[in-house]
Parts: sequence; C-alpha cells; structure tokens
Amino acid sequence: MSKQPGWKEIPIGGMVIGKGLARKYKTGSWKSFKPVWHKDICIQCLFCWYVCPDFAVPLDKDGKMCGFDYDFCKGCGLCAKICPTKPNKAITMEKE
Amino acid sequence: MPKIEALTGNDAVAYAMKQINPDVVAAYPITPQTSLMEKFAEYVADGEIDTELVLVESEHSAMSATVGASSAGARAMTATSSQGFALMWEIVYITSGLRLPIVMPLVNRALSAPLNIHCDHSDAMGGRDSGWIQLWSENAQEAYDNMIQAIRIAEDPDVLLPVLVNLDGFIISHGVENITLYDDEKVKKFVGEYKPKHYLLDAKNPITVGLLDLPDFYFEHRRQMADAMENSPKAIAKVAEEFKKEFGTPYGFVEPYKMDGAEIAIIGLGSTMGTLRLIIDEYRGKGIKAGALKMRVFRPFPKDYLIRAMKGLKACAVIDRSDSLNGISGPLYTDVQSALYRESTVPVVNYIYGLGGRDVTLAELRGIVEDLIRISRSGKIERPVTYLGVRE
Repeated sequence: MSKQPGWKEIPIGGMVIGKGLARKYKTGSWKSFKPVWHKDICIQCLFCWYVCPDFAVPLDKDGKMCGFDYDFCKGCGLCAKICPTKPNKAITMEKE
Repeated sequence: MPKIEALTGNDAVAYAMKQINPDVVAAYPITPQTSLMEKFAEYVADGEIDTELVLVESEHSAMSATVGASSAGARAMTATSSQGFALMWEIVYITSGLRLPIVMPLVNRALSAPLNIHCDHSDAMGGRDSGWIQLWSENAQEAYDNMIQAIRIAEDPDVLLPVLVNLDGFIISHGVENITLYDDEKVKKFVGEYKPKHYLLDAKNPITVGLLDLPDFYFEHRRQMADAMENSPKAIAKVAEEFKKEFGTPYGFVEPYKMDGAEIAIIGLGSTMGTLRLIIDEYRGKGIKAGALKMRVFRPFPKDYLIRAMKGLKACAVIDRSDSLNGISGPLYTDVQSALYRESTVPVVNYIYGLGGRDVTLAELRGIVEDLIRISRSGKIERPVTYLGVRE
C-alpha cells in the first residue's frame, strides 16, 4: 500500500477539492456479499440497473445488462432482491 | 469621528453586527440573547443593511443554517445563550471541524436544571473543548470591540476556527453603559471583505464538504485543528495591535490590573473583574499589594502570558462562575493549575461564585483578598475550593 499523506499535506476540515473524485475511492471493498449474474436465466428487464444505488450495473453498447462493476458494488443486494425471474433468480448473492 | 452612546451590551453587539453586515444571519430567540437579535432584525427590516436574516425553528437549526451559509462562502453569524448553545452542541463541533470562521456572541446564562435565566458561565464552559476560540468581555465596550476583532481572528488563513464572544447575561447584555462606537467606514475597512479560498458556490472550482472521514484520515484532520489553535495567538495579537492602531484601545490575552509588585492576585472572567477593581483599589489604598488578572482569551488558553503575569505572587485565587462538578474544582482553576505545573509553586485557591445569577457582593470579594493575605503569610492552603455566597 502506498504511503498516505500527512496532516500538513491534506486540505483542512475534511474538505475534498475537485470533482468526480468518488471514482478514485473504491467502495467495492466494503462488501461482504457479492451479486452473481446468471446470464442464461437473465431476461434483460434492467430492474437491477434501475435500483442499483452505486451505478455498479454497467450496460453494454446495446444497452444490455452485462455483469457488475465490483470496484463500486457495496453488496447491498437490491439487485438480487428485485430480480423477477422464477423459479430461479438471475442474480444471487454469494459470500465474498 | 467616533460617537458615544448609552447602549445595553446586546445593543452594542447588534451595532457591531450591523457594521460588520454579514451576508447571512440565522436567529432564534432565547433569554438573555433575545434583545440582541431583535435589535439586529430592526436594522435588517429598516433596510440599513442587506444581510439575509433567516428565522429558524431552534438553535440547532440556527447553527446548522449558519454552517450551511458559511460553507457556501458567506460571512455568517448567529447568537445564543445557555440552553440554546447546549442544543447547538452537535453543530458547534461541526463548525470547528469544518473549519468555518463563524463568529457567535454568547450571552452567558446558567444551564438547566433547575431552570434559571440569569448569568453564569456554565454554557460557555460546555464548549471549552469544542475547538472554538473564546473571547471574554468585562463590559459592553469590550463586547463590541471583541466582536470587531473576532471576525478578523476567525478568518485569518492560519486560524480558520470559529470564535465565541462571551458577555455576561443581564449584567452586560441588559445594563446600559456609555459606549464609544466607531465610524461605519472604519469598521468596514477593518473587518474587510470575506474571501474564502474554497467555498461551495464556487462552481468553477468544485469542492465537497462534510464527508465521512474514516480512521485513515480523521486523526490528521483533528491534528490540523490543534495546529490552528496553536497558531491562533499570533493572529489574536496581530489583530489586537491593528485594532489599537485604528481605534485606540489595547487588547491582550490576560489583562493585568495593578499587578506591578503585586503579591496577591485574583484571576477570573467577565464582568466581576470590573467589580473587583474597586476592591483592589481599596486594598492598594491600605498598602496591600493586591492585583487582578482578567482572562480576555480563554481558548486558546494563554499559558505563557499567565505564567509571566503571575511572577512574584505569594498567593492567588481563581474565581469560577461555573462548576465543573468533577469532584475537584471549577473549570478555570483546573486550567490555571495545569498551566502552572512545574512553572510555579505559588499557592492557588478556587472560589466558585455567582451561579444562576447569584449576586457577588463587595464584602465577599473582600473576603477573598483577606484569605489571600493569610495564605501569602502562612504559605498554607486551608481550603482549596470555596463556594462563595452559598447558604450553608
């Protein structure tokens, strides 16, 4: 791990200067469960894309669900919960 | 030309705020602060200033609105007393933690319970470890002068901490005194324009404030605050020097009264230090080498100034208008004792007085001097802490 900056080197008050910096902070490491996509069952309803709070369900160039961005998925499980396929869900949660 | 007017302390502080003309002020009434904001609201309603006055539903909201406005880039203020400050507590720490240079008059009043609206210092002492600079006033003139200086101290780029300007409830806030008011233009020039380096409404240079700060960064941000507090004496001294040049009155960290060759002294905060002058004069007249040390700056705690001012003393009393209820002593006494540790062996005793607006009489203050005379001769402390003026 690279050395973190000292107290004299960072902006005061916990302020973050700049834009789009959330991309640099990989919140994906927080998850204890991860969603797994079962392509053969998926009906491309895009409910998972719609409910994901972290934009961690990227779509391909044709606008289709194509897996997860695990760098930013926190493992909340909303996608698996809303997945409507029966009897088996196209998204299941598995232990990290 | 400066003009002299008979004003209450609250009117004088409101007048300072009018001259400062902050961008945003949030207000919620609480005795004895209420008449301060009423006066200020009059200035806004009469169109004398263009401050955005936000009437909120609690002090928690008042401080929150002030924090929001300050983060956005405004010079923002509010004012409160007692329970109001207690209700703000959460945001009081957020203000300093976000490093927002907000100035707030605190009209000192006892904390509940039992419910009491009169003067003591327990409200301010609740904020003594909150990262706010604390200035204290002996009278309405000092409250007015402290307000003008507080803006500059808070906004100093090496400080960027909020400042509390304390004035005793009713005694100063509602007592009428002759006050020298400076020219609007001069005050305006002295406080200058607020130009924050980073602020939320600067769309071209976006920032984020109030983020989650996990164990890998929180400690560094708190260390920066300690550094700002350590830097603040430089700014406080510089602003005082410029204030003296511009308006004529000198201000320090600890104001000595008849300390030349003093052998006994009383240290304290606020309006009682004015009453004490009479007693000091009286004993000086009798050939007793008595003096007083008024703490104008309580945070940062002016340790070095205090040690220097206390050189040569044979006995000393610290008077506290609040109680820490820590099983040892009042809060000011604790700080003085820890400042003196390994620096001086002078016997220091503590008097807790005036809680809930209990009047402190000349006879009681004479009693302190008499105790000190005895201690200075014997070198012995019989009673480290005395509850002065409480019925047995």
